[in-house]
Amino acid sequence: MFVWFHKLASPPFFYRFAQKLAPWLGWLSLLVILAGLYGGLWLAPPDYQQGDGFRIIYVHVPSAMLSMFAYMVMATAAAIGLIWRMKLAHAVSAAVAPLGASFTFLALITGSLWGKPMWGTYWVWDARLTSELILLFLYLGYIALNHAFEDRRTGDRASAILALVGVVNIPIIHYSVQWWNTLHQGQTIFFGPKSEMPPSMYIPLFIMILGFMLFFAAFSLKRLQVEVLQRENKSAWVRELVETT
Amino acid sequence: MRYRAIIGRDLRLAYRRRGELATPVIFFVIVTALFPLALNPDPALLRTLAPGVIWVAALLAVLIGQDRLFKTDYEDGSLELMLLSPISLEWIVLLRVFTHWLVTGLPLVILSLLLAMMLDYPMHAIGILVMSLLLGTPILSFLGAIGASLTVGLRRGFMLLPILVLPLTIPVLIFGAAAAGRAALGDHSAAPLYFLGAMLMLTVTLSPFAIAGGLRVSLES
Amino acid sequence: MEQQDVLAVENLDIWRGERCLCRNLSFRVSSGEALQVQGQNGAGKTTLIRVLTGLGRADEGDVLWRGESLRRNGERYRASLAYLGHSNGVKLGLSPRENLTVAGALLDKPSSADIGAILDRVGLHAQADLPCGMLSMGQRRRTGLARLLLSNVRLWFLDEPLASLDVAGVKLLTEMLKAHLNGSGIVIFATHQAIELAPHPVKSVLLDSKA
Repeated sequence: MFVWFHKLASPPFFYRFAQKLAPWLGWLSLLVILAGLYGGLWLAPPDYQQGDGFRIIYVHVPSAMLSMFAYMVMATAAAIGLIWRMKLAHAVSAAVAPLGASFTFLALITGSLWGKPMWGTYWVWDARLTSELILLFLYLGYIALNHAFEDRRTGDRASAILALVGVVNIPIIHYSVQWWNTLHQGQTIFFGPKSEMPPSMYIPLFIMILGFMLFFAAFSLKRLQVEVLQRENKSAWVRELVETT
Repeated sequence: MRYRAIIGRDLRLAYRRRGELATPVIFFVIVTALFPLALNPDPALLRTLAPGVIWVAALLAVLIGQDRLFKTDYEDGSLELMLLSPISLEWIVLLRVFTHWLVTGLPLVILSLLLAMMLDYPMHAIGILVMSLLLGTPILSFLGAIGASLTVGLRRGFMLLPILVLPLTIPVLIFGAAAAGRAALGDHSAAPLYFLGAMLMLTVTLSPFAIAGGLRVSLES
Repeated sequence: MEQQDVLAVENLDIWRGERCLCRNLSFRVSSGEALQVQGQNGAGKTTLIRVLTGLGRADEGDVLWRGESLRRNGERYRASLAYLGHSNGVKLGLSPRENLTVAGALLDKPSSADIGAILDRVGLHAQADLPCGMLSMGQRRRTGLARLLLSNVRLWFLDEPLASLDVAGVKLLTEMLKAHLNGSGIVIFATHQAIELAPHPVKSVLLDSKA
């Protein structure tokens, strides 16, 4: 097992591995998402308070979860890259960041679309939305720093430090925003599955979360392939690859 | 002895370039003065806005001062000497950020008294405002130093620094402004002050590692 | 002469961006020896010296001091080296004396010679208390050289040490280097011109990015 991991960390092996795995994950994610959408948009009953408006949670909740998950992946990979000086780990961080930012953006958009029927306005300084907004800022800072250096590796290592600082800060930010929100008694509604949700409502949600995870994995692998190619452009195996295709 | 020499160096340099030190302070005053002009000089309105305005202005002023923290040392090669010193870089950085706060952050705290008066902030609460700034601005200095260490090698680092650091400063802003705001209304403000204190401890302990790491990376190429 | 005072470079690969500055570079320098890094402008002399001090990073290979990798014993390595870079590491707002006081504080064990005597030796007696911003480039360089004298270490790294020095300055530098080598020190420097250090051997490394 360990040997296999070690082998996986070698860029050419990883590249071929991702080449094989990504399409499978991609198609699978499409199927799962379609199934989840069918369950969420057709099979699930309308909410007794929110009517059909609640159905946006089938996009909102998975993207909000993925936005956090992607940051964790990014920060973990950054730590691995800094501690064990693994080049592939830095490539993972750089590959995942724009995806995480996109999920965060999607969560913000769907959250505010949901806000219109709920609150009558597209934006309310709700604790969760505010936290997502700050998360988006953190992603943007990471991406900006990652691209600011001429030398790719310096950018990788600098932004890895920033990602770790961010990951220490996220719980503090999250908590402080919640505290701030209760202080000012902002409107809050609960996103996500509540205990009284019937199975026909929450099962599609879980399916959607699974689908988003698979989609994230597939796209990360694809983006990671590009990052690996850029970083290894001077090595022999990349030249061979370019010449044969 | 050694540590005294390191602190003494920065104090001496700061004293010889007094003009540069005034920049964040002037910025602080000007930004604060913009709010009554943009909104309405009604004392009742200003009183409710005062904690937030002073805190936002202080936050921006600290960050502005932080860009120069390592820049001149990077340009004249003294930063390399600090990295090559057998004294741990984390210690050096801790001392230097603290010294920098003494000459840039502390004047802001003192000046906030004046600005609080101009914004009709209630006098009975002024102790809490100063306390919140005393606990909060060092955190901002350390967070700003993280950004400064990561961008010191970049030509347009001063543009990038606020983008990197501002999201990280949000908890400080929330608790700092809340402490000052609650005190103005006569409420208890111990809770946010405790939070600020805890965050200060955390920042002083952990951020020197991030700053030192950032400097090492920045000087690598 | 102690046997273990050897700086060994093993299979060093250094890339900067898309360019390979050196590949599979290996050499050894031991006590009493000097090494000159040669190469055209932009060949990566500064980068190599910075990698050797531990400031820069190599992509492959290792630098060993007294048989230990500098990645492992960074602190002890830093305690045995002094570095004079392109920029002198001199604060223009401080006088030479103040600059040396700070440099001394950053050292592990400063040499016993006092700062006044060192400033006399590098010919900055009259300027010792003027801010360095008022000194000429050559005098600032001399302040940098004084820093080397203050440190009590085996390894000296100098990047373009001759830059902005006058004839007397070059002579001073040569004498300093010889004295350092006599005391079984090691000097590694990057210059275009050769520095005459006879009777001490001067090895050389040529960086040629085309190779």
